[in-house]
Amino acid sequence: MDKSIIFKNIWKSFGKTKALEKISLSVNKQEIFGLIGPDGAGKSTLMRILATLYLPDRGEVFLEDYDVIDDYRQVRQEIGYMPGEFSLYPDLTVEENLQFFASVFDTTVEENYDLIKGLYSHIEPFKKRRAGDLSGGMKQKLALSCALIHRPRVLILDEPNTGVDAVSRDELWKMLYFLIDEGLTVLVSTPYMDEAEKCDRIALMQEGRVMAIDRPENVVADFNQPLFQISAPNLYKALNILQDFPETRDVYLFGQTIHFIPENEEVKSEDIEAYIKNNGIPKSNVNTVQPNIEDCFISLMKK
Amino acid sequence: MEKNIIEVNDLVKKFGDFAANDNISFNVKKGEIFGFLGPNGAGKTTAIKILSGLLAPTSGDIRVAGFDVYQESEQIKQNIGYMSQKFSLYSDLTVYENIRFYGGIYGLDKKEIAEGANYFLNKLNIQDYRDKLVGDLPLGWRQKLAFSIAILHNPAIVFLDEPTSGVDPVTRRQFWEMIYEAAEEGITPFVTTHYMDEAEYCERVTIMVDGRIEAIGPPEELKKQFQAEDINEVFLKIAGEKKEYA
Repeated sequence: MDKSIIFKNIWKSFGKTKALEKISLSVNKQEIFGLIGPDGAGKSTLMRILATLYLPDRGEVFLEDYDVIDDYRQVRQEIGYMPGEFSLYPDLTVEENLQFFASVFDTTVEENYDLIKGLYSHIEPFKKRRAGDLSGGMKQKLALSCALIHRPRVLILDEPNTGVDAVSRDELWKMLYFLIDEGLTVLVSTPYMDEAEKCDRIALMQEGRVMAIDRPENVVADFNQPLFQISAPNLYKALNILQDFPETRDVYLFGQTIHFIPENEEVKSEDIEAYIKNNGIPKSNVNTVQPNIEDCFISLMKK
Repeated sequence: MEKNIIEVNDLVKKFGDFAANDNISFNVKKGEIFGFLGPNGAGKTTAIKILSGLLAPTSGDIRVAGFDVYQESEQIKQNIGYMSQKFSLYSDLTVYENIRFYGGIYGLDKKEIAEGANYFLNKLNIQDYRDKLVGDLPLGWRQKLAFSIAILHNPAIVFLDEPTSGVDPVTRRQFWEMIYEAAEEGITPFVTTHYMDEAEYCERVTIMVDGRIEAIGPPEELKKQFQAEDINEVFLKIAGEKKEYA
């Protein structure tokens, strides 16, 4: 398959802090690739290297066959980069921001309007408003419009959905699928584990390392341990009880339930239920469940 | 009868002609983990400011921790804790200095501050960090410390505004264990979050849209009511109908 982005053995430190250690991954053309991990995982550093803003200490990076370090001028023409912080001009209007970014890339809003129409039509009624006065969801739409106005081949989105409500997040994902159909490649980062499942492939990152790279369904298939879901009237008490259960490998809260991984594959639902009962909660409900990405992330973190 | 720690009846808050809170009513029981959800701009921050005694409502009958928001806002402030991801601790003060500072603000004496500090440093297992700058702590620990400090004065209610943004999933769970523990001890956690899966940790949630409460109940019941698989779907069904909330 054709590669759009290739990271080869990337290392990066800031002083004593190792931000990235030995990162190798590649992104196929017209793929949505997700970097999934908490703050401090190295997601932004990796994206800034791709956006020609940082140099790696070691390693090579290619984007659409350009060497990101040597050919940085060409690379800048090919990418649309939306950093995590709102970085438009707050005292320019919506319309002025868009025109500014178009002119910087030597194009016009009209020339590429079809690409951003789905997004920009939502904010066009407010085009005379100063960008700084927009709501969170609308700022995100304007920032993305500005990142796309020169029709880049690769879109780099650093936590576009952090602090954004679920409705706007959903709209963003619909837009990303549209862009893929238009021929773009998307590298997106998120700390929200549930967004992993919307990506074609993901890298799970923690403290500068990649713990797993695969399609989300394959990451889940690799979990490979029995997983039980437990509900009980007093969840916190049930959790405390299970933390002392000799058969416990791991136990943690999961929404209104508890997730439980036994040391021993022989452990059955009834055994867990009996243990909880013997320790003071007469009625609990124990079932086996399929893991999701968050279970996988937790399990990989503890390895 | 379980006691209501927050009682909101017909709350209205207007800014000019705009009703940020448009006649909302709900109660929160003592020790209940209460989730306060809604899209950006729904009026959540306004409501929280009113419940914390920082902003007077236009009308409505509102009592927090037994105090009236119009007449007794100072007592309310003394009986609540507040923590958010944005505003938490002073990164250029040490762990102990932060505890002493906030303890002092809430009127704890020297002995209470020292005891509280010992209790939480032991509990978080960060005794070695007592005299280290907060800025040198990993993010997850900072968040747990910020929560501990927010409940140092044993408030009736602790407001948690997006408390776990950007935190790894293991730390996030440890943080929720602390929230559950606080609730067991009788502190009522009042939580806003954009993590829809986190909403499911709450015993009851409300979903607010355009200044009104559009749904309220335990997550399980809301899922049934809206025939949704998870709270995210409930949220999208309720809030998604409204296209622009600029």
